[in-house]
Amino acid sequence: MHELAITQSLFKIVLEQAQKAGAVKVSRINLKIGRLTGYVPEAVEMNFNLLASGTIAEGAGLKIEWVPVKVLCRECQKESEQQDLGLGCSLCGSINVQIAGGREMYIDSMEVDNG
Amino acid sequence: MAEIKILKNIMDENLSQAALNRQWFRSRKILALNLIASPGAGKTTFLEQTIKGLFPKYKLAVIEGDITGDHDARRIESLGVPVVQINTEGGCHLDAHMIDSVLSSLDLDGLKYLFIENVGNLVCPAEFDLGEELKVVVLSTPEGHDKPAKYPLIFSEAQAVIINKTDLLQAVDFDIEKAEHDIRRLNPNVPIFRLSCKTGDGLDKWLEWLGTQGTGNGI
Ligand SMILES: [Zn+2]
Repeated sequence: MHELAITQSLFKIVLEQAQKAGAVKVSRINLKIGRLTGYVPEAVEMNFNLLASGTIAEGAGLKIEWVPVKVLCRECQKESEQQDLGLGCSLCGSINVQIAGGREMYIDSMEVDNG
Repeated sequence: MAEIKILKNIMDENLSQAALNRQWFRSRKILALNLIASPGAGKTTFLEQTIKGLFPKYKLAVIEGDITGDHDARRIESLGVPVVQINTEGGCHLDAHMIDSVLSSLDLDGLKYLFIENVGNLVCPAEFDLGEELKVVVLSTPEGHDKPAKYPLIFSEAQAVIINKTDLLQAVDFDIEKAEHDIRRLNPNVPIFRLSCKTGDGLDKWLEWLGTQGTGNGI
């Protein structure tokens, strides 16, 4: 169900930005979603189709670029990518790390027709 | 066809309301706690025990989040603590606007603690900041020691982790060392409290720690 809340926010931003840009149709929405989020693409798509029906965003595709989990190591000060959170720094093995990526939930850009 | 750059966080609206809530709590020196757990972890019992340790010495209030019904709210109310219920009508989490919408119905004068019992779920509440000072995750031994590995985000966000139902350790397959190890990998310095709300074991340590927490505003 939290996909509904996410989709409502997403939809609202899309409409606002499309209006601001003077668009008459939104055909694609490019998202950046972190691997650590609970984002479920199918659920968001389903909700989005419902919300967008009859609006200028009807039929718009949602394209997701998944952002990997990244940690910043407090020991060696380096950033590394992780398959999973909780493995510590893949460079020096320290578990003294903080999350540096993987929590993103961004609308990156939209492809629109300006009429 | 044109591409327009947007770069906007989908959670922006929630985040800005959460920031307002946080500012509001801090200016009133209220310590707000967001309690997060799976269904059945004993979150409400944990809250009852915590309240018994603080009330009536300290003034406190509870926001009770439930998908439907007010069963948990009645349990809290029977302790004499003001409680306001939020029904999410199927929603799997509370959000910052919901909290804002009930604040006016609580008597917050001189309040020291505000406990927010989130909907039972370890995934969605992790993504919605409510403006709380402390996220407290309650894990119970029957749930299995693999919970931290399965739900890393919430454990990495927590300011305290409770391992509840330690009285069942002999009866269930729960490797407490493994669970704590996994939690520390996600969140190296987080305090972990082993306790049993049934026997009362370990509650004193949790309450003692809670007493040292403030809003940075001199609570
Ligand atoms: Zn390192």
